This record gives sequence, C-alpha cells and structure tokens, in this order.
Amino acid sequence: MSTITAVRRPSPRTAVLRAEARLFRREAGSLFWTLGFPPLLLVILGSIRSFRKFDEGLGMRVIDVYVPTLVLVALIVTGLQAMPPVITGYRERGILRRMSLTPVRPSALLTAQMGLNGAAGVLSALVCLTIGRLAFDVQLPKQAAGYALAFLLTVTAALALGALISALAPTARLAAGIGMVVFFPSLFSAGLWAPVQSMPHTLREIVVLLPFGAASQALEQAAAGHWPAWSHLGVLTAWAVVLTAAAARWFRWE
Amino acid sequence: MTSTSPIVEVSSLRKAYGGRAVVDDVSFTVDEGEIFGILGPNGAGKTTTVECVEGLRIPDGGRIRIAGLDPVADHAAVTQVLGAQLQESELQAKLTVREALELYAALYPNPADWRPLAERLGLTGKLNTRFGALSGGQKQRLFIALALIGNPRVVVLDELTTGLDPRARRDTWEIVEDVRAGGVTVLLVTHFMEEAQRLCDRIALIDTGRITALDTPQGLISRTAGSTIISFTPSAPLDDADLAALPALASIEDKDGRITLGGSDETVTALLSLLARHRITAHQLRVTDATLDDAFLDLTGATK
Repeated sequence: MSTITAVRRPSPRTAVLRAEARLFRREAGSLFWTLGFPPLLLVILGSIRSFRKFDEGLGMRVIDVYVPTLVLVALIVTGLQAMPPVITGYRERGILRRMSLTPVRPSALLTAQMGLNGAAGVLSALVCLTIGRLAFDVQLPKQAAGYALAFLLTVTAALALGALISALAPTARLAAGIGMVVFFPSLFSAGLWAPVQSMPHTLREIVVLLPFGAASQALEQAAAGHWPAWSHLGVLTAWAVVLTAAAARWFRWE
Repeated sequence: MTSTSPIVEVSSLRKAYGGRAVVDDVSFTVDEGEIFGILGPNGAGKTTTVECVEGLRIPDGGRIRIAGLDPVADHAAVTQVLGAQLQESELQAKLTVREALELYAALYPNPADWRPLAERLGLTGKLNTRFGALSGGQKQRLFIALALIGNPRVVVLDELTTGLDPRARRDTWEIVEDVRAGGVTVLLVTHFMEEAQRLCDRIALIDTGRITALDTPQGLISRTAGSTIISFTPSAPLDDADLAALPALASIEDKDGRITLGGSDETVTALLSLLARHRITAHQLRVTDATLDDAFLDLTGATK
C-alpha cells in the first residue's frame, strides 16, 4: 500500500498548527470574545464624554489609562476564557490520547493552541492600541521597548495561567468555570473597574503583586515614556515562571 | 507470509491499579496476518492489555514486543508499525472527515493515500462532514481509516462495534475482514461472542485479568462439555436411564415432552441407534453446534 507522494508535504507540527488554526476560525463565539470584545469595550468607554476630558486626580484622561487596561483584557480573555476549555476538552475527549498513537507527540496540540491564542491576544491588543490612537487620540507607548517587554511577559503569564487551569480542571465545563472565577479578579486587578492608581493604598499594594496588576502598572509607565519599574517586571517574571512550572508539573495527558 | 516469528509478543504482562491487579500474568503471541481476538466481560482487563501493547500504559511487569520493538522505549518506531482505534476517543467536533484524514496522513513519514482508504471505508460521501455530525458507524469507520493511515502492519481495534446497530456492525465486520485481506494483522478486543466467532482465527478469553483459554473459536466450543445440542420430541416415552447412559452426555432436559440433550457427535449417533432400536420417531429433530456464548459461560463459570 506504499504510495509516492509527489507533492511537498507539510511537516507534522505545521499540519497540526494548520488544522488547529482552521478550527480556531470556526469558533465564532471565541473569536468574538478574543478579537471583538476588547476593542468594542474600548470604543464604548471612549464614547463616554467625561472619559475624554483631562482628569485632575489621574493627571491624564481616563481613556489614556483604559488603553493599557484593555490591552490586558485582550490577553486575559484569550488566556483564561478561550484557551482552557479547548485544551481540557482535548484531554477529556481523548484527542490527546489519539494523537499519542501517532509519531507526533500530543504536545503539538498544546503548542498550537497556545501559539494561536497568544497570537489572537496580541492581535486584539494591537487593535486596541490602534483604535486608541486613531479614534481617541491616545499616544502610542513612548517607551516602546519597555512596553514590548512588559507585554511579552504578560502574554506568557496569561497563557501559563490558562495552561494551569487546563491542567487542573478535569472537564472542559469545569475549565470554563475555573476560568470564569479567575477571570473577574484578573479584570479587576488590570484596572477595568477602577484604574489601579486610584485604588486605596492597601488594595493597590496587593493588586500590584498580582500578575495583571503588575502588568497594568508596567504598561502604564512604559506608555508614559518611562522604563517599567523593575519591581513590576520582577513580579510579572516570577508569575510567568511559577505558573509555567506549575502547569508543566500538573498537566495530565489523559 | 514468510516471517515465522510472531508480530505481537506479550509475555507475563502485569498491570495493577491501586494494588488491584487488572492484568495478571497475561501471555500470548499474534502471528502476522492473523485476526486475534481478546474476548471477555467488561472490566476483565482487555483494554488495559491492549493499551500496554499500544504503549499508552507502562506495564508493571512482563515483556511486550511489536515487530521486535518495545512499545514504551521505542514508542516513535512502534507508532509506525502499529495503528489503533481507541475504545473511547473523539476528534475535534468541527474537523471535517477530509481534514482529519489529511491531518493524520501528515503525521506519518510514509502514509497511505487517504482517498482510496476513504473509498474503501465508504467515507467518500462524507468528506466535508464535520466529525460532530457523523453517525456512530461513520465515526468508527473514520477511526479505522485513521488507524490504517500510517500503513501499519498491525491494527488494534478496541470495542469497535459497541454502540452500533446490527446493520452497521455487520458492515464493520466486513471491513475488518477486508483489512486482514490487505495483509494487516488485527488485534480485536470485544465482548461480543458473535463478533469473535465470526472474525477471529484465535481467541484469548480473559476473565479478571487472566487468560482462561486460548484457542480457535471452534476449539473453544468443542472443549466445552455439551458442544452439540440435540433437541427432539419422541413419538413414544423414552426410558430416562437409557438417555442417561448415552455417551459424552453433558446435560439433559425434558420440557413438556420435548427433550434437549447437550453432548457431542458421539451422543447424536448413539441417540439415533437408541431410537431405532425402540422404533421411536424423533419429531422436529434439531442438532445444532453450541455457540461461543455457551463456551464462554462454561469456561468462565468456574471463576464466578
């Protein structure tokens, strides 16, 4: 039954990534929440007239503070909401096991999922920055390198947190549930309800120790043209490392 | 087939979960080109045994070789010799049949052409259907295709027809025979006697983690007491003592004048001459072979 394949064949991992990308595009709900919701929320917030006026207490306009927050919302939605049920579902429904019967390790599915969700989060964040700049005249980050570094660390932490939820949840339904439980504190710490700067002192001290709290501060400082404080970058790095290690430690293939 | 060494070798396989032995000293070999059945009740350790063969589980003891390879240590090499359909497994719900075939073909260095494979399995009309929209029988046929797509020498089919309607089950049996005709060795796990009897060259009967018998289906049936069933209604009463004296008699039952005997060919011959001697006619005489069902109950009965 041997066959000669004349066409150049994609590498196995590329084939897995391609198939997952196709499936990713078929999830309309997931696509809306990852790519549509954060920019939409930014447009809604930007449409509030008072948010576009200079705020004495903040030292800038509210919308200026909200752009980094919505960049974080994009990463939180992809990492905590979109990805965990998919990966846990792949384990629950034996898809990872099925793949381990082939010459390709099932980790190819996980890397593909993390890559696709990471890319979707980055894209959504870039759309938010662009809308902020074009529609609401929000300056692009002045300290671009610092912003990029803080951003990449946050992407890593968000994906690692998502992977940890996938690792711990026995079913896709529970993964979605746990994702929800972590989702709201994450949005809060990213400053969605109230900017982190305007939080009471003690609360703020706690929030900046959380991954998305530290991230929101680091992004804001870089946006304003400063190199992000090492304390924030340190907190982010620590979370990224610990969450990745924990996800790797507790992940089960079946 | 020129090769004489078995393609699957399992010796003294042991696997326990939480101190409870699920597979306990299981040994068998499968020759190239054979359909080898592993038959047993639910929870007997059939799936655990084949999962060790597939390299999905690490045995606690014993030795397994697939074409000379260790399923755990040489896992990557084994995946190219052995294809499998898992008992409980799905694909991504929104993946179409064509995409699944293309994807799995891309995972192997020397895959089969998936088009003739899809044709053979009657999937050609379903290529653009998503996995989630397939019927149970179609899903199973797709999993058989995926098991064969790497051009394996052995396929493991685990509870292939469970949950299928009788029609789809029979269609699937034909496919399994077809797979073997294509030169692929089949390791078939089932709890359906009829399926094992119809398809398998040899059967290992597993009960509570141990092999209780290993033989051809006919061999298993004939080694059970009462492998031939004779039933008839005599035209005149027969003497019970005469009946009881029949050779190789295993069971005797008299229900409203209809007598059912379990025995062997010898019993049949002796019964016919007994009837002739007494000039008794046997109305509605039926002589049937016992099925694997009867053999199975007989062979596992001792452990219950």
